[in-house]
Amino acid sequence: MTRILASIGAAVLSSLAALGRFVLFALGTVSHLFRPPFYPKELGHSLLQIGYFSLPVVGLTAIFTGGALALQIYAGGARFNAEAVVPQIVAIGMVRELGPVLVGLMIAARVTSSVAAEIATMKVTEQIDALVTLSTHPMKYLTLPRVLAATLVMPVLVGIGDIIGIMGGYLVGTQRLGFNGATYLQNTIDFLEPLDVTSSLVKGAVFGFIAALMGCYYGMNSGRGAMGVGRATKNSVVMAAILILASNFLLTEAFFSA
Amino acid sequence: MITLSNVHKAFGDNKVLRGIDLTVPKGTSTVVIGGSGTGKSILIKCILGLVEPDSGVITVDGVDVTTQPRDAFLARFGMLFQGGALFDSLPVWQNVAFRLLRGSLKRPKAEAREIAIEKLRRVGLAPEVADRFPAELSGGMQKRVSLARAIAAEPEIIFFDEPTTGLDPIMSGVINDLIREIVAEIGATTITITHDMTSVRAIADQVAMLHAGKIRWAGPIGDLDTTDDAYVRQFVSGSPEGPIETLR
Ligand SMILES: Nc1ncnc2c1ncn2[C@@H]1O[C@H](COP(=O)(O)OP(=O)(O)O)[C@@H](O)[C@H]1O
Ligand SMILES: [Mg+2]
Repeated sequence: MTRILASIGAAVLSSLAALGRFVLFALGTVSHLFRPPFYPKELGHSLLQIGYFSLPVVGLTAIFTGGALALQIYAGGARFNAEAVVPQIVAIGMVRELGPVLVGLMIAARVTSSVAAEIATMKVTEQIDALVTLSTHPMKYLTLPRVLAATLVMPVLVGIGDIIGIMGGYLVGTQRLGFNGATYLQNTIDFLEPLDVTSSLVKGAVFGFIAALMGCYYGMNSGRGAMGVGRATKNSVVMAAILILASNFLLTEAFFSA
Repeated sequence: MITLSNVHKAFGDNKVLRGIDLTVPKGTSTVVIGGSGTGKSILIKCILGLVEPDSGVITVDGVDVTTQPRDAFLARFGMLFQGGALFDSLPVWQNVAFRLLRGSLKRPKAEAREIAIEKLRRVGLAPEVADRFPAELSGGMQKRVSLARAIAAEPEIIFFDEPTTGLDPIMSGVINDLIREIVAEIGATTITITHDMTSVRAIADQVAMLHAGKIRWAGPIGDLDTTDDAYVRQFVSGSPEGPIETLR
């Protein structure tokens, strides 16, 4: 019994320690926002990599999710003679939860993994050491541009994901479920509140920050060799996904619990 | 002048450096020899502050390295990493000119490129190489690009970690001459790590041998062949018989 408690205690302590290291790493990163030199070219590159090239993934994720959501809500609603609520619930479900969370998870898969693998490889091949000896701060040159880019661009990606998700619902609604197109859209627009949209975009920014930060953190702290890179990549994605889901709960709580 | 006194560094229970004492006079070429895995790379990383020693004091021109502002301190150094450590996201010339494209030594792009191409020529690489990416080059070419990067900003102190490993004998000769020239021309202080005895004789003003975490022997190059230290004699002759264990 005490053994079990001890191991639970150890696990709690080590998660708290990890959380503390993430916070320190995050503060270190953010502090470089205010201290020159800056590397705008790196930022531009990251915006392109993280933002623009994620669009196909985000679009596909959103459209299938919106479509499936419409089918489920229709089937579920039919039991209460409430089929008509499909546009409203699809809009709420996509904008408040599924849009930001699924886009966040896709970004964790696509961006966190590649950032972690890239930086870990740089670490393992002494490129990070080389940066330092060339008087360039790795946090400024590698971490800040990626974290800043992800934080800035994720609200845009989530916004686009929300719209495409609603379009997915709209397509299924009008093509399969017999909704009138104009009414569907009117219902969606009438029902969404500004807070729904704000919360969605704020969640996007937070998830983007987490996703890029985890990639950089595990990359910078990678072990040696190919195994070190593999482990860093895996851990970064797992941790990013968990932190995204946990912070989503907290943000939903903050925004919507009356 | 660089001095290390009683520098220790361990990774877990692997005690790599166990009390290093070494003096590197200004404007001279020092070569560090020693078996692989004895901590030669770690030694120079300690001087640069890339690895933090567990104890001991390292000074450059009489000042403790840990008390100096990092940027100004590092701007005085050039370093050739053992594995090259080229940035694979940047073309060759931007690797070489990295320092000249940003920060306090920043110059116009065209000028930085010109300097890069000139440095590439000095390490025996044609201008066409400038626009290729590191991954497209052979190991020996990467090493030379990295060497060009180390000398690009004409630093006063330069570390070369195995500069001729993986090069053919002729190219090794070119690089040995280059290192010698750098010391003679700019009066740079250099530390070179190598296993290559031809290099040692071509480059060194003095030689230090690292063994079992300490500087086993140090002296001017002229004394290398006359010393009666059995460890040095074995290393220089490359004989498997002697006090240095072959199982490590
Ligand atoms: N980051 C590190 N973590 C743990 N051990 C290390 C690290 N870097 C080097 N070592 C160990 O230190 C010893 C010396 O390494 P190194 O200085 O690279 O040797 P060499 O003399 O061949 O250059 C080796 O046993 C190596 O395994
Ligand atoms: Mg080495």
